[in-house]
Amino acid sequence: MKTLLRELIFPLVAVLAAFIIGGVIVLAIGDSPFEVYRILISSAFGLFDALGNFTYDNWGYTLFYATPLIFTGLAVAVAFKCGLLNIGVEGQLYVGAFAAAWIGISFTKLPGMVLVPMAIFAAIVAGAAWGAIPGLLKARFGSHEVINTIMLNFIAIGLVSYLTQNHYKVRGDPIMQTVPIAEQAHIARFRTLLAPFGLDFPQRIPLNISFLLALLACFLVWVFLWRTKWGYEIRAVGSNPSAAEYGGISVQRQIVLAMVVSGALAGMVGINEVLGYRYRYYHDFSPGYGFAGIAVALLGRNHPVGVLLAAILFGALNRGGLFVDIFTAKVSKDLVQVLQAIIILFVAMEVLFRSALARFIPALSKR
Amino acid sequence: MFRDIFNYTLIASTIRLSTPLILAALGGLYSERGGVINIALEGIMLAGAFTAATVTVYTGDPWIGVLAAMGAGLLVAALHGLATINYRADQVVSGMAINILFLGVPALLSGALFESTGATPQLPRDQVLPDLRIFNPQSFPKLASIFNQKPLVYLALLLVAVTAYVLYRTRFGLRLRAVGENPEAADTAGVSVMKIRYAGVLISGALAALGGAYLSIGQNSLFTRNMTAGRGFIALAALIFGRWDPVGAMLACLFFGFAEAIAIRMQGTVNIPNQFIQMTPYVLTMVVLAGLIRRAIPPRSLGIAYVKE
Repeated sequence: MKTLLRELIFPLVAVLAAFIIGGVIVLAIGDSPFEVYRILISSAFGLFDALGNFTYDNWGYTLFYATPLIFTGLAVAVAFKCGLLNIGVEGQLYVGAFAAAWIGISFTKLPGMVLVPMAIFAAIVAGAAWGAIPGLLKARFGSHEVINTIMLNFIAIGLVSYLTQNHYKVRGDPIMQTVPIAEQAHIARFRTLLAPFGLDFPQRIPLNISFLLALLACFLVWVFLWRTKWGYEIRAVGSNPSAAEYGGISVQRQIVLAMVVSGALAGMVGINEVLGYRYRYYHDFSPGYGFAGIAVALLGRNHPVGVLLAAILFGALNRGGLFVDIFTAKVSKDLVQVLQAIIILFVAMEVLFRSALARFIPALSKR
Repeated sequence: MFRDIFNYTLIASTIRLSTPLILAALGGLYSERGGVINIALEGIMLAGAFTAATVTVYTGDPWIGVLAAMGAGLLVAALHGLATINYRADQVVSGMAINILFLGVPALLSGALFESTGATPQLPRDQVLPDLRIFNPQSFPKLASIFNQKPLVYLALLLVAVTAYVLYRTRFGLRLRAVGENPEAADTAGVSVMKIRYAGVLISGALAALGGAYLSIGQNSLFTRNMTAGRGFIALAALIFGRWDPVGAMLACLFFGFAEAIAIRMQGTVNIPNQFIQMTPYVLTMVVLAGLIRRAIPPRSLGIAYVKE
């Protein structure tokens, strides 16, 4: 119980502190923080619309926005557990999304039963391969993964932009997007899933099977990290590489393995984006999911359950931000990005909170 | 066609495009030689660019804008210092947070101040940083287009020399390097690791913000959303490519600026896809970092928070 409290209290204080600072910013800009937060929360979680009718929209969109963040949060968390900071999730998810679209565009003759698994597999493999590069470079040459992943983000975006523009665009289309994928490659939205239960979930809400896949990924990551030998070895390398080496674990191999798994999870964002939402590759689609993944992992303390909760919080902020944009005079949805950044800073400065909180709750000072 | 691309205007645009990179890379150098990773260069540049444009809108004087930008850079850098030096936050995570913060803050403020979605109003021509008039454009058009640049261009080159001198020839430079390589030894010798690291990070903020100001009120006449477009990261790449040395970093910046200039000029004329030219700096940096050409070895204590025993 004490550990649980300890695990939960820092993230909660960080979020609270960020909201207070965000409130001050809102006040300085000239809107009411209470009104802004009321809009933010009601439009993210409210079960009823302005007219008092039941609606799926708020929760539906919040979970839809949370889906990619679950994948990217898990991706960052797995790498973190091995002592690696994967800033390359952004690039890995672009490569994964493009690979999924490429399968959906290229093999239009195949039935959905084959095409969907193939496209999912392609997204995972492409992300994993892109993640493997910095892993191998670190293992072989010792070059720092942070710099390499930053560089690989730009290279990935350049590469898929080139492929989209020169090979897979509809001729004359001014938008940077590929031709649509085959119809049988679409995956089911929640409308289709919930219809048998007599629930009228609207088709326009793009929440789809990927969300369930994300939940499954949370479970599998937990099994992988805490119930397999590989996961144990990854965590051993993350907590003390020299001790792990001494204990007979190949540090190099675990680094590559962690980056491959991390990249695979990042690539899965493409399933949601391409197969469940836009049904094509749309360039520059990510508003920084990969970077938000760092915030999600940190806030979730690199645990799948924490990642899930943090992703839902950020999904809610993204959903609510759109309404803040519309229904307040001066505050724009960019407030969400500011809140996210402040949360990351606070979570990263745990030393600060620990010393401040320890004064009130002595149990927290011991680690 | 070859002569359409390789002519004197290519030299002129290489210099123009390299300047913000040089300023930011020099900034990164002060921070990283002291042992603090600074991937916040991108965010600091954005903060500088936005502040410069906004202050110039209100004062009408671009030089006040430049000074304000440097002030903003110092503040943002102080935040990075506070997080990483005082509270031992992971330096990369803190830098990332600052980058995300300054994607949001300018957009939020421009909405409140100018009712726009992320841009500042266009400045009139006479409120943008002026070009130096070294050659008369009527009599020497080619020389004028190469040498009649913003004063910040010359300042950047001057700062390369100054930085080289400071780093290798002054007591502060020696201490900065010592703190970046072996903070325990520096501490034992009576150097305040914290103060020196703060100094490095703060200088870094002022310089990167100067690079940002050059973008918004030098090269352009307004701030637009995410206008740095990854230049902070390219500057970081140049710093590594130049092996954390001022002259090396400058040469790398000139090379990356040259690549960008070619990419711009090739648009629509040559059959090499633009994207591949833009990728070169990134690929080269990875190659150098892996030691496949000339190995780049970072300062030994880069990224490690110092805890006084």
